[in-house]
Amino acid sequence: MQEKDIYNELSSIRNLMERSTKFISLSGLSGVLAGIYALIGAFIGYKLVDSNFGELDYRDQYVTEPRILLELFLIAVTVLLLSLLTCIFLTIRQARKRGENFWNPVSQRLVVNMSIPLFTGGLFMLILLFQGSYGIIAPASLIFYGLSLIAGSQFTFSDVKWLGYCQIIIGLAAMLFPAYSILFWMMGFGLLHIIYGSVMHFKYKQ
Amino acid sequence: MNVSLEEFDKAFENRIRLQIMSVLVANDRYDFNSLKELLNVTDGNLASHLKALEKEDYISVNKTFLGRKPNTQYAASDNGRHAFKKHLQALENLIKQQRK
Repeated sequence: MQEKDIYNELSSIRNLMERSTKFISLSGLSGVLAGIYALIGAFIGYKLVDSNFGELDYRDQYVTEPRILLELFLIAVTVLLLSLLTCIFLTIRQARKRGENFWNPVSQRLVVNMSIPLFTGGLFMLILLFQGSYGIIAPASLIFYGLSLIAGSQFTFSDVKWLGYCQIIIGLAAMLFPAYSILFWMMGFGLLHIIYGSVMHFKYKQ
Repeated sequence: MNVSLEEFDKAFENRIRLQIMSVLVANDRYDFNSLKELLNVTDGNLASHLKALEKEDYISVNKTFLGRKPNTQYAASDNGRHAFKKHLQALENLIKQQRK
């Protein structure tokens, strides 16, 4: 056996081990778009709250009027759904381009592992909503999302883990400074996604 | 160049078998169809190599049904993991020997 053959053999083993354990068709562009949706959503939400309180009024820190709450909730759900759909659509497209099946054992594991913290967080936030503790929804969404990214990161690019850590730190900061939680939320879901998506897009030349 | 090949595992002489083993060592288990897609081989080809590995007791097979479709899962056995490691070690030694 020639040395070149051995190297070929070893690199094919390595390549297969990578490909069979990591799903690399995640699209960076979908991160950028999710970030933009989040920023637009936050902006609309902010306007909504702002316009409902006159400038001369003493502005309460918490929003409690049911109609506004419902509208904010709808905005949040729309942003979430749009981001998810964009991510799924672009990922399928990316997988096709690579000639890879997007629903393979690795992507299944990725989805399952991310779902556990994500659904826990979603239910947790719904419970908070029902109990009227609106203040910690923004930090909770950041923290649970960060945990879910870290849980999923072992099945895809390891860069996702860093995005997760950053989301958790921003979430904790939002908890610490509740008055600015919407700013932290925009930073986490908006800015970080855009930065992360652009980095991925150029790093992996998608 | 005189290199001892006795440490080489006959079962891994075939490239596809070695590839199957690398996937199964890196994952808890893998199903037939995904394996086929990943390695880009035909049904019959993959099946015969899996059979050979099963005969060596390097992999374990778990046949189930998903609805009406058969879903066969493969996993590396302890024996197989050990053999795979030894084979890699042999490859490494070979490189070291040739460097001298």
